[in-house]
Amino acid sequence: MRIDEKVALDAFRPDEEPHIKLDQARCRACASRVCVRSCPANLYAPIEGSEEMKVECSGCLECGTCLTVCPHGAVDWSHPRGGCGVRYRCG
Amino acid sequence: MAESETFDVAIVGGGLAGLSCACETAKAGLVTAVFERGAECGSKNVSGGRIYLGPLRRLLPEFWRDAPFERLVARESVSLASGAATTTIELRADELAKDAFASHTVLRAKLDKWLAEQAVAAGAMVLPESRVDRPIVTDGRVSGVVVGGEEIPAHVVVAADGALSLLAKAAGLNAGPKPERLALGVKEIVTLDPGRIEDRFGLEPGRGAARMLVGDFTKGLPGGGFLYTNKDSISVGAVVRLDPLSTGPSGPESHALLDALKAVPDVARLLSGGTTVEYSAHVVPEAPFERTALDAPPGLLPAGDAAGMVANYGFTVRGMDFAVASGILAGQAIVASREAPDRATAAREAYLRGLEGSFVLRDLAAARGVMTFLHNPRLYGPYPQAACAAATELFRVGPDGRPFAFKPALAEARRGLSAWRVFRDLWRARKL
Repeated sequence: MRIDEKVALDAFRPDEEPHIKLDQARCRACASRVCVRSCPANLYAPIEGSEEMKVECSGCLECGTCLTVCPHGAVDWSHPRGGCGVRYRCG
Repeated sequence: MAESETFDVAIVGGGLAGLSCACETAKAGLVTAVFERGAECGSKNVSGGRIYLGPLRRLLPEFWRDAPFERLVARESVSLASGAATTTIELRADELAKDAFASHTVLRAKLDKWLAEQAVAAGAMVLPESRVDRPIVTDGRVSGVVVGGEEIPAHVVVAADGALSLLAKAAGLNAGPKPERLALGVKEIVTLDPGRIEDRFGLEPGRGAARMLVGDFTKGLPGGGFLYTNKDSISVGAVVRLDPLSTGPSGPESHALLDALKAVPDVARLLSGGTTVEYSAHVVPEAPFERTALDAPPGLLPAGDAAGMVANYGFTVRGMDFAVASGILAGQAIVASREAPDRATAAREAYLRGLEGSFVLRDLAAARGVMTFLHNPRLYGPYPQAACAAATELFRVGPDGRPFAFKPALAEARRGLSAWRVFRDLWRARKL
């Protein structure tokens, strides 16, 4: 099963306000891009044709890995607003 | 704000620690609020899947008798995996499941929702869909929380907001989540008919199995895998330390490690025919417990994962029992200090005394040596490989028909391993 198919199994209530914001100046200067392979939902990707990064907040499992591993402090991460985000049925 | 509008206790996070605390304070008549950011308690919570009730025997309220556990664990195993091979040590003993105070597999969405109902029955206000923005900190003391822009004053705030604890960071208790202190767990829930689960794991009806695995499926990263049987599903997950995962420009993708675990033939066989219904991930404390995690400003009591209360002893991994115990002890401390002139300081002192007098700090401290030992990368590739190679030599009779193969087995096991390093690792293990 592909990773996007696994994420699609989960229930989400999207928050219109993105709960993850990236400091693109720091992303541009980053060579390691550890967010890309660390995110268990595979939500991080470089934006084609630029050195900036994008993150697909709507499939976020709210694990906190990107916030923890980013060596440049480029990830501004808060919890989604109350009631929003992933809703585990088993957990 | 008038005294009457101040909560006795504001609890941040409706998980096992926060709700256990709420049950104590509400039962004693204190005005208790639990702020839970999820749509309901449990909907944001992920665990590997097993709670040990043994240490909680004297602490647990009576209602836990009816907790919605999945299965009482009656079989334990640890597997060393290398390529397609696994070497497994298995324990099946009456002592594992002789009474209800053993260990149970759990699904947190069910368990935490149930515990929230107990807290409400005790008189607590449990408020879902309520994200706490930050603590109110004045003159180095925590005097409430801000929820959706509104200031909520409280005599005591309990930080029970999990391994990330943004609240603890905002209150100045720590510098926020750090890769050297955390691991990442990724997990799938695979549904399977209960009868097939019992057949495959060799279980009596209703009984459960737990399996830990270490091996090359973590691609050399310190960590491992687990399987827990639920009523009609299997929790399968991989856990890896975050600092090595995130060091350097290349490395495995975190989600691929779970696929690698599921591809181990002995794991694939257990899951075969099942349907994955949920995919989850969360960080988990994975560093030896630091007493400084409790040095919170007056007015703030950190409990459970928010205080880093997880112990990995190699064969057992514990966290939920510490969460329940610390939540109960925090609640009892808040109740005991309700008449004190400085309730915040009195509650903190009573909480620390409670933790010291219980199994919590003792057992967390006892895990320190093992958790440091488990950083050794040889445990996650070379040693499982050596174990599988040696076992293969011992059990196999080759075409030349030699009956006893202990020496070649030893030679096979030692291939690529420096004798000095092995000796040093064994010496360290001896002291644990």
